[in-house]
Amino acid sequence: MTFNAVTAVLVIPALAALVLAVLPNYRLTAYLNVAAALLTFLAALSLFFYGRPLPSAYFLVDDLNNVFIVLTTFVGFTTSVFSASYIGHELETGRLTPTALRFYHAMYQVLMFAMNLALVTNNIGVMWVAIELATLTTVMMVGIYRTHEALEAAWKYFILGSVGIALALFGTILVYLAAQPVIGQGLDSMVWTELVAHAGAFEPALLNVAFVFLLLGYGTKVGLVPLHAWLPDAHAEGPTPISAVLSGLLLNVALYALLRFKILLAANPNAFAPGPLMISMGLVSLLFAALMLYRRRDIKRLFAYSSIEHMGIVAFAFGMGGPLANFAGLLHMTMHSLTKSAIFFAVGSIAQVKGTQKIADMGGLTETNPVLGWGLVLGVVAIAGLPPLGLFMSEFLVVSSTFAREPLLALPLVLGLLIGIGALFLCLNSIAFGEPRGGTAKAKGSYVPMFAHLALVLVAGIYLPGPLVAWFQNVAKLLG
Amino acid sequence: MHSLIFDIAHMLAGSLVLVSFMLLYQDRLYALLNVYALHAFVLALSVAWQAYAQDAPHLYVTATIALVFKAIIVPIVLHRMIVQLGIHRQVETVVGIGPTMLLGIGLVALSMVVMLRVTAEADPLAREDLAFALSVVLLGLLIMVTRRNAVSQVVGFMSLENGLVLAATGARGMPLVVEISVAFSVLIAFIVIGIFLFRIRERFDTVDSQALDLFRGERS
Repeated sequence: MTFNAVTAVLVIPALAALVLAVLPNYRLTAYLNVAAALLTFLAALSLFFYGRPLPSAYFLVDDLNNVFIVLTTFVGFTTSVFSASYIGHELETGRLTPTALRFYHAMYQVLMFAMNLALVTNNIGVMWVAIELATLTTVMMVGIYRTHEALEAAWKYFILGSVGIALALFGTILVYLAAQPVIGQGLDSMVWTELVAHAGAFEPALLNVAFVFLLLGYGTKVGLVPLHAWLPDAHAEGPTPISAVLSGLLLNVALYALLRFKILLAANPNAFAPGPLMISMGLVSLLFAALMLYRRRDIKRLFAYSSIEHMGIVAFAFGMGGPLANFAGLLHMTMHSLTKSAIFFAVGSIAQVKGTQKIADMGGLTETNPVLGWGLVLGVVAIAGLPPLGLFMSEFLVVSSTFAREPLLALPLVLGLLIGIGALFLCLNSIAFGEPRGGTAKAKGSYVPMFAHLALVLVAGIYLPGPLVAWFQNVAKLLG
Repeated sequence: MHSLIFDIAHMLAGSLVLVSFMLLYQDRLYALLNVYALHAFVLALSVAWQAYAQDAPHLYVTATIALVFKAIIVPIVLHRMIVQLGIHRQVETVVGIGPTMLLGIGLVALSMVVMLRVTAEADPLAREDLAFALSVVLLGLLIMVTRRNAVSQVVGFMSLENGLVLAATGARGMPLVVEISVAFSVLIAFIVIGIFLFRIRERFDTVDSQALDLFRGERS
C-alpha cells in the first residue's frame, strides 16, 4: 500500500494515541492532541485538492464520504483546541486525575481513528468493527468522571449501544448472505463497491430484512427515537468536549453507515424503498424530541434532545430522497455538526463559570459574561433555525421540498420545528437574560473554536460557494 | 442433501436454541452462569463442525475462542465477581418464567417464519443456521429485557452474541469472521471488567424502568 491521504487520516490518530498514552505531562499531551488533530484535518483536506486514491478492497473515498471525512476531522480539530483550554480546569477542580487525563487524550485519538476508519473503509465488516471501536472509546470517556451518574450513563450507553451494534452485525451478515450467491464467497462479497455493482441481482427479501436490522442497529447509534434512551445521559454526564464530538460527529458516522446501505437497497429494483421507514422514524424523533425539550433541568441534556431532534430532521430528509431533499439533508447535517459542537463549547464554559449544569441555577449570562452569553444566544438562534444562519437555509429546503411532494408530511415537520423553537427560546431566556444567578467566574475555555464554527454557519447561511453547492448536488444525486 | 454433515450441524444449532431456553428459566445466578458455559460450549462445537464441514480452518480459531474465552474464562471470572462484590444471587425477573417461556416460543416461531421465507433460495445449511441464529439473538434480547440484575443482562447479551457468531459461521465463506469474533470478545471483556470497575451490584437500572427514574438528572 502506498502512502496517501487515506493512510494519513488513519495512521496519524493511531500513532498519536500511542504517543499520548505514554507521555505524562498533561499540557504537552493537550498540545500534541491538537497538533495530531490538525495534521489529520490537513490530510483530509488534501483529499479535496490532490485527488483521491482509487477504490481498493479496503478503502474507498468518493464524493459522499469525502464530505464526512473533512467535517469529522475539522470538528475533531476544533474540539481538540477547545478541549486543550477546557480540560486544565477539570484538573484544577479535581474532577479528573492526571492519569485519567492522559487516558482521555489517548482515547480521543482512538475515537478519531475509529471514526475515520468507519468513513473511509470500503468493507462493511470493517465498518462494523470501526463503529464498535468508536462506541467502546466513547463509553469509556462518558464514564471518565467516575461519579455514580457518569458510570450509570456509561453503562446504559454501553448496553444499549452493544445491542444496537449486535443487531447491525446481524444485518451485515444478511447482506453478505444476499451477496454470496451472486458475487461468490470471500472478501469481495463484503466490499461495498462490489455490492452496489451487483445489487440488482440480490435476493430482495433478504436485503429487506437486512436493512431493517441495520436500521435498528445503526439507528440506535444515530439516536433515532425509540432507540435514543442512551443519548441524553451520555451527553449530560461525560466531559463537554466529548458531548460535542458525540453530537457533532459520532451520530453522523452512524448515519453515514445507514446511507451506504440505503444506496445499496436503492440499487435493487425489487427491494422495498427504505424511505418511508426513515421518514417515519425521523418524524417521530423530531416530534418526540421537540416535546422533550420543554422542562429540561440540565443544560447539556437539553441540547442532547436537540441533537435527537436534528438527527430526526436529517433522517427525514434522506428518507424523502430526491436531489433537493438529499441536498438539504446533507447541508443540515453539516450545519448541525458545526452549530451543535459550538453550543457544547459554550455550554462547557458556562458549566465551569456557573459551577453547575442545572438551568435553574444559571441566569443573566449576557450580563456576567457578555462574550460567552452572546455566543450562546447566537448558537441557540442558529440551532433553532432562524435566518440568516445556515440551519435556516437547510431547514427551509427540507420543508419546501416536502411541501412540493408530500404536503401532508410537511405539517408534522413544521409543527415539530415550531415546538422546538419555543422550548429553546424559553430556556435561552432564563439562562442568558434576566437577573444574574450562579457563579460569575471568568471562563477558562477558549472562545475561538465556538466563534469559528458560528462564523462558518453564518457565512453558509448567507452565501454558499458555487463549488460546494456543486459538490453537495453531486452527492445528493449519488444518494438517489 | 440431508447428509450426516447437515444433520449434525442442524442438531448443534438446534441445541443452541434449546440451551437459550434453558437460560430463560434459571432463577439462580450460579446456575445461569453454568448454563451459559454450556451455551458457549455448544457454540464452540457447532463452529468447529462448520469449520470441518466447510473445510475452513480459520473457523477453528473462532471455535477455540468460544471454548476457552466464553465457556471457561468468562464464567469463572463472573463467578468470582459475584462472590467478591457480594452480588445478590437470585435472578430477579420482570415477567414471570411462564409468560417469558411463551414469549420465547413466539419469538422462535417468528424467526423461523421470517428467515425461512426470505432465504428460500439460499444453501439449506446456511438457511437453517440463520433461522436458529436469529432465534438465539431474539431469545438473548428477551433475557436482557426480562432481567433486572446487571449480571444476568450481561449473560443475555453474551448469549445474543453467540447467536451472531453462529450466523456468521453459517454464512459460507464469510470473511472477517475471526476478526469479528475477536472484536466481540473484546467487547465482552470490557463489559465484564465494567461490572467490576463500576461495582454494579444488583440492579443498576440499564433497561429497568423502575430504577431508571433515580438518575435521570431531572428529579433532583
